[in-house]
Amino acid sequence: MKKRKIGMALSLVLAAGTLLGACGKSDDNAGKDDAKGGDKDKAFTVAMVTDVGGVDDKSFNQSAWEGLQAFGKDNSMEKGKNGYDYLQSKSDADYSTNLNTLARQDFDLVFGIGFMMQGAVEEIAKQQKDSHFAIVDSQVDQPNVASILFKEQEASFLVGIAAGMATQSDKIGFIGGMESEVIERFEAGFVAGVKAANPDATVDIQYAGAFDKAELGQTIASKMYSSGADVIFHAAGATGNGLFKEAVDRKAKNPDATIWAIGVDRDQADMGADVVLTSAVKRVDVAVQDTATKAKEGNFPGGKVTLYGLAEDGVAAAPINAKVSNKAEIDAAIKTWVDKIKSGDVKVPGTRAELKSFSAQ
Amino acid sequence: MDYVIEMLNIRKEFNGFVANDNITLQLKKGEIHALLGENGAGKSTLMNVLFGLYQPEQGEIRVKGKPVKITDPNVANDLGIGMVHQHFMLVDVFSVTENIILGREITSKGRIDIKKAEQEVREISERYGLAVDPQAKISDISVGMQQRVEILKTLYRGAEILIFDEPTAVLTPQEIKELIQIMKTLIKEGKSIILITHKLKEIMEVADRCTVIRKGKGIGTVNVSETNPDELARMMVGHDVVFKVDKKPAKPDQNVLEVKDLVVKDSRGVTVVNGLDLDVRAGEIVGIAGVDGNGQSEFIEAITGLRKADSGNVKLNGKDIFNLTPRKVKESGVGHIPQDRHKHGLVLNFPIGENMVLQNYYKQPYSKRGILNFKNIYQQARKLIGEFDVRTPNEYVLARALSGGNQQKAIIGREVDDNPDLLIAAQPTRGLDVGAIEFIHKRLIEQRDNGKAVLLVSFELDEIMNVSDRIAVIYEGKIVAVVDPKETDEQELGLLMAGSSRKKAGESTNV
Amino acid sequence: MKVRMSKRLIGLLTPIIAVLLGIIVGTIIMLASGYDPVAAYSALWNGAFGEIYYTGEVIRQVTPYILAGLAVAFAFRVGLFNIGVEGQFLVGWLAAVWVGISFDLPKIIHLPLAIIAAAVAGALWAFIPGLLKARLRVHEVIVTIMLNYTALHVSNYIIKNVLTDHKDKTGLVKDSATLRSEWLQGITDYSRLHWGIIVAIICCFIMWFLLERTTRGFELRAVGFNQHAAQYAGMNVNRNIILSMVISGAFAGLAGAMEGLGTFGYVTVKGGFTGVGFDGIAIALLGGNSALGVFFSAILFGALKVGALNMPLEAGVPNELVDIIIALIVFFVASSYIIRKLLDRFGKKEVK
Repeated sequence: MKKRKIGMALSLVLAAGTLLGACGKSDDNAGKDDAKGGDKDKAFTVAMVTDVGGVDDKSFNQSAWEGLQAFGKDNSMEKGKNGYDYLQSKSDADYSTNLNTLARQDFDLVFGIGFMMQGAVEEIAKQQKDSHFAIVDSQVDQPNVASILFKEQEASFLVGIAAGMATQSDKIGFIGGMESEVIERFEAGFVAGVKAANPDATVDIQYAGAFDKAELGQTIASKMYSSGADVIFHAAGATGNGLFKEAVDRKAKNPDATIWAIGVDRDQADMGADVVLTSAVKRVDVAVQDTATKAKEGNFPGGKVTLYGLAEDGVAAAPINAKVSNKAEIDAAIKTWVDKIKSGDVKVPGTRAELKSFSAQ
Repeated sequence: MDYVIEMLNIRKEFNGFVANDNITLQLKKGEIHALLGENGAGKSTLMNVLFGLYQPEQGEIRVKGKPVKITDPNVANDLGIGMVHQHFMLVDVFSVTENIILGREITSKGRIDIKKAEQEVREISERYGLAVDPQAKISDISVGMQQRVEILKTLYRGAEILIFDEPTAVLTPQEIKELIQIMKTLIKEGKSIILITHKLKEIMEVADRCTVIRKGKGIGTVNVSETNPDELARMMVGHDVVFKVDKKPAKPDQNVLEVKDLVVKDSRGVTVVNGLDLDVRAGEIVGIAGVDGNGQSEFIEAITGLRKADSGNVKLNGKDIFNLTPRKVKESGVGHIPQDRHKHGLVLNFPIGENMVLQNYYKQPYSKRGILNFKNIYQQARKLIGEFDVRTPNEYVLARALSGGNQQKAIIGREVDDNPDLLIAAQPTRGLDVGAIEFIHKRLIEQRDNGKAVLLVSFELDEIMNVSDRIAVIYEGKIVAVVDPKETDEQELGLLMAGSSRKKAGESTNV
Repeated sequence: MKVRMSKRLIGLLTPIIAVLLGIIVGTIIMLASGYDPVAAYSALWNGAFGEIYYTGEVIRQVTPYILAGLAVAFAFRVGLFNIGVEGQFLVGWLAAVWVGISFDLPKIIHLPLAIIAAAVAGALWAFIPGLLKARLRVHEVIVTIMLNYTALHVSNYIIKNVLTDHKDKTGLVKDSATLRSEWLQGITDYSRLHWGIIVAIICCFIMWFLLERTTRGFELRAVGFNQHAAQYAGMNVNRNIILSMVISGAFAGLAGAMEGLGTFGYVTVKGGFTGVGFDGIAIALLGGNSALGVFFSAILFGALKVGALNMPLEAGVPNELVDIIIALIVFFVASSYIIRKLLDRFGKKEVK
């Protein structure tokens, strides 16, 4: 009986705590809301919400966070509620809660990283009309949302050139994460680049169906290498980490083999110094930094879509690995193509349909 | 006095329930001391106290005169106390030797010296006449042999005092004889034995002295040579026990159950019931005698619908019930006390009350328009608990918590209450104590006297001989003979069960 | 009587102690890795109940958790281990949205229709392992695990190729099929709280009533405890196995409807499992597979999950810590034997 009473008391305390907690906080909240209007002098704050990949995905989210950190450093801000910060999502259901939490904490600008967050950003932007949001890789037509898109096809076109020139077997692989418009841009640009540099080469295109399955990425890479491919490009987030593992393993077993992997989003040379040929760099960091800066200066591009391409330094090909025998030729070729694209002479295809009608010459 | 073990005034309680109340047991060196009591009397509790599994609230344990505290089984082992459990604790895929040395491996340089261990096991086995092959795999040897491995295990660990927990429950008559021989050899070699049992016959045969406990209390210790089974039974149960079942002559009427040419396969696909013919008439008890594994279980399962028969003809009161579902069989008037009450008879995790309507739950008044009426269910349960003397704190207790005898009484109450034309009782008294057996036999005879047909399957010849009006002997899936219990003896039945044809030819026509 | 009561008490205390132990060990882990546990737990609390918005979000998260927990618990009560709740959840989600975007009907028809579609889809998905188990004795764990992947990829395919033209996400369900409510969102400061919680509570009652009060429930429970005895008693074991999987799947499908018609209002192509179905296993375990237990453990899990999101921002503690605590709670419930043993000891001393 004694125990039962204790249990009862415990649950009463908990229940009371819940009620009091709720009351107390809502009062706080009211006070905060009042302060919001008059508090224009407060320092600029910015935060981001990662998708399920997390801030250390060695790819997209990480790049965004690096951009935010650089922005913070430039403006001598501190990590935390009064500077810059991030929240990590563990499931699709968390996007909304996280975006909302950051908006409620009065961050001046909240980034949603990844097209998966499109729905959540759109909905919350409608509710929290006073807050500013930015979404990367997708488009939300709300006056308080800045949409950031990249011309991924231009970067992947350049690494496609490199792949076409580095291959000896004329067999090249492409591993996509999940089929989406963004990854299709990667795919189309890459195939176009390969064809432009090496019309004889074939590209084996496979999708893993996930961005967080490194072991699956490794399996696919292993099959591709085994069937003769010697250069593989991935646009698959953390799934692509399996590609590097497989490439490094193979290179370790047979140092003379021609095994190349091409990274994505950021310069992934650190994933294997001997095997990473180059990377299709998507400067999410640049875009994030740029958007944050604009917002800080009062030029928040709300309701607009900003396209980041080669010309805007939004995408690039990372330096070619020094161990490639024809590095000089590849560098030269890439330089030529960069000029052509920047000048508008060449329009890189961004969809499979455009790829069909694309001819480099 | 030269006692090796003294348990003095032991008291052990569980949540207010006194399992052992001031019990004293003194074991002399070199004797076989029986511990007698009904199921639930507190025998196991007392032995678990001695073996260190429970700590007594009161009392003292002395080993060779010295007071000891036995805090766990390892301490008991070190004091030379070994227990041969009723449920063997052996690893099936290991060899005899591997099982014996388990936990006490002899190692040299980190490797088990199996050769040396086998040699030791062989020596002990020969010394006590156990005849165990140290290299045999447990899964390949008989139950009797497995029990000897358990005995070897205790001896290997240097036991001077062996506790046997209901050792004969799982053995065949032949194996029982051999076990008794082994126990005698052990005594000759200077060991002392405590034998837990509720079988009076065994006590009379092997034990020197006997301590009786009843409902947790020590009733007394007697010299076996100075007592008789009746006195022991009275001490155990608390009143006189009738061994010979008292019954009026049977007045058999028309056939209730007619089985013709029944063929049933077991789960491995082997034909185990092979052209079986049998009639059971109203107002008689037919006992099926046979050695386990001659198709008894499959036969019962087939006629009750639990197993599909391959061919044949089964009629109840002239109506075909061949291969009907269990529910249809039940509804046509068959009650079934299953052989394994835990597997088939009860849902152990249901309250005993709900078990009382296990088959009838869907009928009025227990259920109406798909909703259960617990009031009526528990009312019925209370009625049966009262009528059949099921000892339980109340009807909401889980069936699991009841003793075996009370579980069986509950099942019998449930089956008899529907007043079936045919009551099938498969091993209804297995593992029960004298009091419960007597009760159950009375109930079976009562059914017969009410003009119902009763089919009894049992491996206990005593039971078959005492209760049945006719005995059908089953051998290799066929009824090979039907005899009158008054005109036969165990000798003849034993031969028939072993497959030899009847001495008196011509009498087996009455099938 | 006395013994029975203390047993019930132990049954009640075990999960509570498991939770406390989980929190204590979580504290030790935080201290060992240099985090401030007080700040972490208050951040957790604030993130779950500190603002009405978060309370709304907790209830929103609890809604599918209750149903997923019921799904696992229901099958378990009949002796089956439904690992396929995740897959049934996904097909239920898809079906609800499909109906939600494809028809124009009055709300009184459209919303129930979409909810029922989800239940039916989940039920059908669970019918397959039920049938295979009943007829061919194929173990349901293997089949349901496999069907999780099938559900994931089939629903992804349908979203891409049938419901949309190679998009990752469908449009919003029609207003006539939505569980969302401006009013609920209004009182919870724009949380995604929706009417689904009513559905979940009704389902708790249904599960309790079905199992404990009906003739069918008597059979299901009997089959769950002892198939042999159920067969002996004339019950159709195979039919009950299939039925239990179907009902379990229906609960899981309803959990999917909560997401499709409530939380999200659409369905997206998924790269992996949502985890709701798997969390359902832990919820059922902690809740002792009873309807009421599932209800309370779902609240705990929902609060932990939502509250955890606030931990990095407010206390600088990674929210993975909550995953560790949840894992610890599950561990302690699973090893409840140890807790019972401790309680026994404790109880004995009190008697003395």
